[in-house]
Amino acid sequence: MAGKLDNALRFHQEALNLRAYRQQLLASNIANADTPGYKAKDIDFAATLQGALANRPGRLSLGATAPGHIRPGNGQPPEAAVQYRTAQQPSLDGNTVDMDVERAQFADNAIRYEAGLSFISSQIKTMLLAIQGQ
Amino acid sequence: MSMFSVFDIAGSAMTAQAQRLNVVASNLANADSVTSATGQPYRAKQVVFAAEPLGGNAPESTGVRVTSVIEDAAPLKRIYDPKHPLADAQGYLSLPNVNVVEEMTNMISASRSYQTNIDMMNTAKTLLLKTLTLGQ
Repeated sequence: MAGKLDNALRFHQEALNLRAYRQQLLASNIANADTPGYKAKDIDFAATLQGALANRPGRLSLGATAPGHIRPGNGQPPEAAVQYRTAQQPSLDGNTVDMDVERAQFADNAIRYEAGLSFISSQIKTMLLAIQGQ
Repeated sequence: MSMFSVFDIAGSAMTAQAQRLNVVASNLANADSVTSATGQPYRAKQVVFAAEPLGGNAPESTGVRVTSVIEDAAPLKRIYDPKHPLADAQGYLSLPNVNVVEEMTNMISASRSYQTNIDMMNTAKTLLLKTLTLGQ
């Protein structure tokens, strides 16, 4: 029974977790806009979300087979495949962060995160309405 | 919740940019200092940024840190002024190698980065506060 409730909310929960994770990545990019040699990173959101929902192991999942291996942290979705962004205007010191692109992506991701929150909120309210009757 | 590390990332960036601004201010203030505590003319200083993984619960988040403050290797300006008390045997005076135009550009870039990081922190705060109202 609880499994059914879980599954109903699962899509938006995964999307929300992935949005939060992407927010972190974009924040790291913006913070390192002046660091020499830093390459801007991002994830392909649609593909990663598909992978997370289908529970497919990702291309870059961290295999931990021995006690000394590092395991992915709690906040990191195990299927997230981090890719490098193609630089529009690479600079001499090796930094590929374009502040405008990152800022736009950050704002975009924030709006979509809020949208995800609204969706999950209304799903919960719908369920509560169904439970309480009228 | 992984969004909390955005505060750490933005915080580290703000600290780094503030240090950069400090160095710019020092350079501009000492653009004409012919001598210092060591007896040498002031040499322009630069900060070196390095990406620093925050580790812990968020292995993908990368902050930034100032690893060192190095002295600019550009040659000192030499002007001919035999009347100056600190002029050397040939009558030349060494002035600091501070390029004022570069320092102003650095200052603009640092303050822009600082503002962007503040916006980032505010956005993360708004999102987290909104997350707390989930279901209401």
